[in-house]
Amino acid sequence: MPYLSMQAKPEIQLPVSNLFIASSILAALFLNGLPWTGVGLILRPDFVALVLLYWCMHKPLRIGIGLSWTVGILADVSDATLFGQHALAYTLLAFGGVVLHHRLQMFDLRRQTIQVFAIFALTYAVYALVSWQVNGYVVWPYLLGCVTSTLLWMPLSLVFQAMRQYRMDRNRS
Amino acid sequence: MIDSTQSFQFFNRGPSPVARLVFFAVLSLLLLFVDARYRYLESTRSALSVVISPIQQLAALPDALWQQVRNFYITQSKQHDLIKQNDELKLQHQNDAAQLLQLQSLELENQHLRDLDALPIRNQFTSQLAEVIYAERDVFRRKVLVNKGADSDVKLGQVVMDDVGIIGQITRVYPLLSEVTLITEKDQAVPVQVLRNGLRSIVFGVGDTSQLSLRYMPASADVQNGDVLVTSGIDGTYPPGIPVARVTKVEHDPVYPFSNITCLPIAGVDNHRHLLILSDMTKFPKRPDEKSGAENSGKRLKFRRNN
Repeated sequence: MPYLSMQAKPEIQLPVSNLFIASSILAALFLNGLPWTGVGLILRPDFVALVLLYWCMHKPLRIGIGLSWTVGILADVSDATLFGQHALAYTLLAFGGVVLHHRLQMFDLRRQTIQVFAIFALTYAVYALVSWQVNGYVVWPYLLGCVTSTLLWMPLSLVFQAMRQYRMDRNRS
Repeated sequence: MIDSTQSFQFFNRGPSPVARLVFFAVLSLLLLFVDARYRYLESTRSALSVVISPIQQLAALPDALWQQVRNFYITQSKQHDLIKQNDELKLQHQNDAAQLLQLQSLELENQHLRDLDALPIRNQFTSQLAEVIYAERDVFRRKVLVNKGADSDVKLGQVVMDDVGIIGQITRVYPLLSEVTLITEKDQAVPVQVLRNGLRSIVFGVGDTSQLSLRYMPASADVQNGDVLVTSGIDGTYPPGIPVARVTKVEHDPVYPFSNITCLPIAGVDNHRHLLILSDMTKFPKRPDEKSGAENSGKRLKFRRNN
């Protein structure tokens, strides 16, 4: 397997079932929906954004801007925010992921994290901008979420990679 | 390499990412605007919430489970305290139950005494229960229709009351219904006397509010705030001694010879659905002249005062 030695994109050829993608997005919605309160709520990473960015980066032909927008609408309903608030943020996120997916896959995880932080910061900035326009104020601590989301990028990538690896092994045997 | 990728995407995926970005961003902004400004999308939101609700319910589950586990732990660790508390409460409950029994017997006794006390008033007439079935739709007409009519021997002019006081008078009898004019109807008059000093007067309905007024009382008349007016029994239409109204305002205007006295009815004139129609009132002998009528009322007045 010569392509596995290419440390940059070893998993791109692994098969990923649609079920796996869908259940990961649902799990992210579930994690976002947990009753977070207080400091936990301020530091809560946006799991949906993380998962969407991961799939936009690794499977840009399957998970794109349109699907991210749809998930954003669902997130708007579950958070009882205005329609389009999450949708707009996730649209930009997916755009960043799809456009940059070649470049990001060339990097290793540490350098990916820095790039990913910029995308999350953009997403959170859009979110804050919209809530400032609608509510007239910005909750600054909320922006801390983009830091925690970025910190979760590496573990998430490793876990997903491991799960996809496991699936491939099981299919082979 | 970038060029080939882009053409590859164009063939497979339709519009370019930039076109998609612009389309969905504009769509989001439009939704934001519509939702923030007009709130048209509530039905869409509720439909989508059906899709998302299983996830939400699932997300609420860990917290609920955690609460249950905590409750279980608390119950286990504080079992001893709870048992002790339980014993104390049981003891207190027994104590309270004994007192409650006493209270009930006292209540019964009290009720009995009240019944005895009310007997002299009651046995002067018989009454039948009626139910209000229609109310007048005009705000300025204080009349109701009750479900007893000529078939139940209701007669014109009979008095209607509730458990505390006078409500009105039968003014029209239909075969199955009869019309009650409430004492608050404009110019409906009830002969009354002040309970405190026996001063006789006539109370009139005002009509546009639920108030009554005591007209033609000289400024020197002894009427005070809070005075209770009871029926005087003069004329024999109303039985004597039944509460009618309580004085709420006494005004002396030097321009007018009479004082302006406002009262509120004691009975729930506008409240109840069940009323009593009084019948079999003792008929007075026909009025021969002015003097004998006055004597008659004077006697009755004394009788009341002795009570």
